[in-house]
Amino acid sequence: MLAKKYAVVDQSRCVACGECTHVCPKEAISVPHGCFAAVNIEKCIGCGKCARACPAGCIKVNLIRQGI
Amino acid sequence: MRSKHWYDYLWIWSIIYFSLGFFNILFAWLGMIDFLLPIIIAVFRGNKWFCNNMCGRGQLLSKLGGALKFLGNKQAPRWMASKWFRYGFLGFFLTMFSNMVFQTYLVAAEARSLTEAIKLFWTFKVPWGWTYTAGTVPDWIAQFSFGFYSLMLTSMLIGLIVMVLYKPRTWCTFCPMGTMTQSICKLRSKSNQNNN
Ligand code: SF4
Ligand code: SF4
Ligand code: SF4
Repeated sequence: MLAKKYAVVDQSRCVACGECTHVCPKEAISVPHGCFAAVNIEKCIGCGKCARACPAGCIKVNLIRQGI
Repeated sequence: MRSKHWYDYLWIWSIIYFSLGFFNILFAWLGMIDFLLPIIIAVFRGNKWFCNNMCGRGQLLSKLGGALKFLGNKQAPRWMASKWFRYGFLGFFLTMFSNMVFQTYLVAAEARSLTEAIKLFWTFKVPWGWTYTAGTVPDWIAQFSFGFYSLMLTSMLIGLIVMVLYKPRTWCTFCPMGTMTQSICKLRSKSNQNNN
């Protein structure tokens, strides 16, 4: 079984400031159309840098299990 | 990490802007760029490219706050990024902006005279007369400069206070320009979805 950590954004509370996009080492998070941040799960390594930088505190790092 | 671009250095612009206001208040008008550009980009491009990439203030808060990390990286209280506070602050800010424009109008109409002072936190009057020689430009142009610079400096000071207390870019959670541009983007993307 594979486990992977990745960032999850509470989009209802995101203010679209873009701070997370500047600290992400993998360019895995962006703010499409200026509405709220979105994570590319393929690229995200779950390092949590975005969550630490986010001034709105709306990013969490979750653990997901893939496969059987 | 991304590669550096010219617009990554716009934090310097923010410092220059406030410095210029110490020498000649008329430079305050340049701040209109920071007012109009985010809105123009949001309306015509439908994104927050200004906030995300070129806002000097956001960059400065991020850099300065990052350098002062030893002060902690505390999460601001939840209400500070809540909708009611963000829109409430936007409403308050726009009211104060309108009042400033109205005062400018009164000076233009010669209903009141020019005040060579700035007002911090909408309350504290600070003499600022050395930055202006009376008669250089029509009085209303100078009045707007003092009023606008007051607004810019006050909001910068609030930004610095919350930067020290909480995460570096906490100001951006309730910055009126940020709230306004995000609302425009959300409206735009909603209408785009409806059209498709
Ligand atoms: S957890 Fe790390 S890799 Fe994933 S989006 Fe956040 S900063 Fe980028
Ligand atoms: S740092 Fe937080 S509030 Fe800012 S765009 Fe990223 S998720 Fe949204
Ligand atoms: S929210 Fe305000 S201070 Fe922050 S990046 Fe946007 S315009 Fe600049």
